[in-house]
Amino acid sequence: MAAPLTLLLIVAITVRAALYRSSLADLISERVEVVSPLTAWKRVVEGLALLDLGVSPYSGDVFHETPLIIYLFHFLVDYAEMTFILADVITAVALYLTVKDYNKQVFRKQKYALEADRYPLDCLELIRSPKEMFYIPLKVAMFYLLNPFTILSCVAKSTCGLNNAAIALFILSTVKGNVLLSAIFLSVATYQSIYPLTLCAAALLYLMQRQYIPVNFRRASFWWFIAQYAFMYLGSLFVIVCLSFFLLGSWDYLPSVYGFILSVPDLTPNIGLFWYFFAEMFEHFRLFFLCVFQINVFFYTIPLSIKLKEHPVFLIFMQLAVISIFKSYPTVGDIALYMAFLPVWSHLHRFLRNIFLVSCVLLACSALFPVLWHLWIYAGSANSNFYYAITLLFNVAQILLVSDYFYAFLRREHHLTYGLYLKRKDGSEATLVLK
Amino acid sequence: MAAHRCSYSALLLIVCSLSVFSVADSQETTLAGDHHDTAVDDNPRTDTVTAEQTAEQPAVDQRRWEATEVEEATLDDADTDTRDSIPPETAVPSSVPHPKDDFQEELVIRPLHSGDIYASFQFRTLWETDFMRGNKVSHYRLFPKSLGQVISKFSVRELHISFTQGYWRTMQWGQPFQPSPPGAELWVWFQDSVTDVDGTWKELTNVLSGIFCASLNFIDSTNTVQPSASFKPLGIGNVTDHRFLRYAILPREIVCTENLTPWKKLLPCGSKAGLAVLLKSEKLFHSSFHSQAVHIRPVCQDWQCKTTSWELRQTLNVVFDLHTPGQGKREWSLFKMFSRTLTEACPLASSSKIYIDITDDPQGEQFEVSPATPLLSQAMVLGDRRTFSVYDLTQQLTFGTARSLNLLIRWKSSEGEMLRPLLHAERYVAGYGLQTGEIHTLMYNNHPYRSFPVLLLDSVPWYLRLYIHTLTVTSKGKDNKPSYIHYQPSKDRVRPHLLEMLVQLPPNSVTEVTVQFERALLKWTEYTPDPNHGFYVGSSVISSLVPSIVAMDTNSTQERPLFSSFFPCKEESSYFVRVYTEPLLVNLPTPDFSMPYNVICLTCTVVAVGYGSLYNLLTRSFQIEEPSPGLAKRIANVIRKMRGVPPL
Repeated sequence: MAAPLTLLLIVAITVRAALYRSSLADLISERVEVVSPLTAWKRVVEGLALLDLGVSPYSGDVFHETPLIIYLFHFLVDYAEMTFILADVITAVALYLTVKDYNKQVFRKQKYALEADRYPLDCLELIRSPKEMFYIPLKVAMFYLLNPFTILSCVAKSTCGLNNAAIALFILSTVKGNVLLSAIFLSVATYQSIYPLTLCAAALLYLMQRQYIPVNFRRASFWWFIAQYAFMYLGSLFVIVCLSFFLLGSWDYLPSVYGFILSVPDLTPNIGLFWYFFAEMFEHFRLFFLCVFQINVFFYTIPLSIKLKEHPVFLIFMQLAVISIFKSYPTVGDIALYMAFLPVWSHLHRFLRNIFLVSCVLLACSALFPVLWHLWIYAGSANSNFYYAITLLFNVAQILLVSDYFYAFLRREHHLTYGLYLKRKDGSEATLVLK
Repeated sequence: MAAHRCSYSALLLIVCSLSVFSVADSQETTLAGDHHDTAVDDNPRTDTVTAEQTAEQPAVDQRRWEATEVEEATLDDADTDTRDSIPPETAVPSSVPHPKDDFQEELVIRPLHSGDIYASFQFRTLWETDFMRGNKVSHYRLFPKSLGQVISKFSVRELHISFTQGYWRTMQWGQPFQPSPPGAELWVWFQDSVTDVDGTWKELTNVLSGIFCASLNFIDSTNTVQPSASFKPLGIGNVTDHRFLRYAILPREIVCTENLTPWKKLLPCGSKAGLAVLLKSEKLFHSSFHSQAVHIRPVCQDWQCKTTSWELRQTLNVVFDLHTPGQGKREWSLFKMFSRTLTEACPLASSSKIYIDITDDPQGEQFEVSPATPLLSQAMVLGDRRTFSVYDLTQQLTFGTARSLNLLIRWKSSEGEMLRPLLHAERYVAGYGLQTGEIHTLMYNNHPYRSFPVLLLDSVPWYLRLYIHTLTVTSKGKDNKPSYIHYQPSKDRVRPHLLEMLVQLPPNSVTEVTVQFERALLKWTEYTPDPNHGFYVGSSVISSLVPSIVAMDTNSTQERPLFSSFFPCKEESSYFVRVYTEPLLVNLPTPDFSMPYNVICLTCTVVAVGYGSLYNLLTRSFQIEEPSPGLAKRIANVIRKMRGVPPL
């Protein structure tokens, strides 16, 4: 299994290296779909230049990276391309190992269930075979590494790749059951962009499941475990935040990084929902809608974790998707991360309702983004509404994609309990509806 | 060296007086006074003059006191009376060293090589008082009360404000006497006793906005900067802590009559008498360039600087485009330019003069000035030695028999080379599209062999996000690293970018400064009413000590003694020049202003689609669909229920 993965890595690195050398690299790094004000490489370089001039990079409103990133690139600025390729490779390998481990567990669980005769008889065709699961980890790595979104993001040197690596390492350590590393990587991911905070619910559920701790509010072991995890998470977050403080000697970065993420002052167009909405917002409703939109990202955590408490990995997937759709400065790199998980749910394909339509819309929108951008910004023959319409459509398509997978997942679980071919009371063939 | 300097200036004085002299003693003092006015930097000469005159001080003081006690209504008569009664050597009050307050007016006219006419008015009010002391200054005579109150209320140490319509074309017109950028410019040094400088600045701009009927109230933190080196105090005092300096520029400001009227009201004679009668707005604003300014600063009263006084300098510069090729004949007169002639000086003015720059025409070949004047004056202006014909309006002789003065210049030939300005600059935006762009600033050093440093100040609004790492400075194809860079990055909606740097310009070269920027998308309420017109970026300011044209001339064949011309003279070797570049007009991407409701509805719909589909899946569960009974059956069931019969 190592040989195909190596081959994949070589191909991926070659593609990236070739693109770095081509004239496309400059073009890609200016694309608003690929880089946001938070993640643009140009702004990292600007921050380094400001540091060289003896000006605090956070005194202006151009640089919004965390202090650790600026110190990382203070030493690695000459090897930036290698760093970003490496980040992608780390993410891919981490996801590969994660899915491999996860599949093993899925298979083991399925075996126990089969042995216990828990599945209805007509569900045999829903049972997953090791043969079809064998290539899934490789597919996941491939989906991440060869996804045009990831490649664009890497070639543009968007620091989104580094955030993805942190999240992937967090998922790996969670799935491997390493509580400490899980907490540390989660705090790194949170430190980088706040939103991964919502992943902690999934991590807790998974780790408790693994350690056979029941999710029961009346059990001391449950609370004890949460306290342990929270201590490790907050402790490492505290260490990182203090480290940043000592690196710069001021707290300026807190408003400049997190205030910037939460209050969305920069309305540069991107693929998200925030920019045009807040450009056109009435001034006295701004704060209200800002709160509504930001709460929206965090809001789904609790109901989703209740619904999916048996399936934390699917919960992670759902959370990543929700974050990348509703975050304030999304880029295609964020989408690439949750899309890498799609092969893991390949067994749900028979229950997906409108995957063809959604994938067509996603593809069409991806192609239309640069076209309409050109018409608006360069040709002047279109206006901002054109680009805005495409972002709306793109987000609707993403929402449909995610909710379709969620639907399929729930439906399969339902079938695994109640049988695949359901009959009505009068014996005729029944259709399932949500009620 | 000092002795050498003194002897040189004394010599110059004598040379000047010899070249002019056919008139009495009184005129000699006038000439000395002229030097005092036109060449302010020329310290030694002024020193000698004032030193000679300190002896007369007490008597004159007394007289001035008498003059102020006279009732306002009879002031004119009183003035003429004193003029008649005083002895001839003190007839011209400009030689009076210690007046309590003093007003001078002058007009400089320079025919430009392009065929245009440059007219520069200067009105100077000096007042020996202290606005900062605890007791309030309540008795105002010549100094405008509105400005005096502003100075004391806001603890202003220096105030410079200018309103300009049009752009000064340095390459065609040479250097102006008072440079100013298009639009409004305001810079203020506050006293170091001011604690809340920003608050005071905000209030001050609002008050000035009222005084000058201008949109100065649009000056806020997003267009105010604190330059670290470019703007030094011009008056006395060497506190240069730039925390007390505020500088703002409004390139969009349109200057018109409503700004001129309050400006004229600050003059002691208003526009009733003196040179100010020429200031008719329909003529002044029918010109290629119009700039009016007010400068307030503390200056030394005597050469030891024991007492200080406040100087208010009101200047107005106009360039008239009188060159009409169709007519064949090129001539202008005061009446043609201003549709007025002069009949008297301002009675309150201690000196009132018109200067005509005849440097380019010493033999009267190019143009002819009439009426001719015997008075000539020489001065160092912007590093160049210029010769002027002088018309003293306080002398009845000037007005002749017609009792009105209408100066007339008639061109004889249109040839003539203008000396190219040694320093000039231009600026433009490069790039296409509305995403990024690049600001190019070109600075030309036309000096044939000497390099000099310039200070470049750029204040760029926050919505053009500058990337300082893309800053390049090249001259003659080589990288020219600035020796000093002061950069303050912008804060969105709070403060602009400030870039100041010291660049050495190599001789005879063009230095190009480029920096890239990104255009921001603003909130729809932040756009101006005409957003697709573009957004203005204020002129960059280039300040420099430029080697003077006189010093450039090392092989001087002019009537200078050999012993005086070996070492380049220090005072004349360089002079201060401030050059403003063009303001920029930059387009930004715009949202569609017509559809805030639509956008709010559509975006909220998408969020609701996300919320709804997840809510659906989260709260409902799968159930087998039971076919619902038809409508007829349901109605029948309702009826059967009412009848108490079991349903179908």
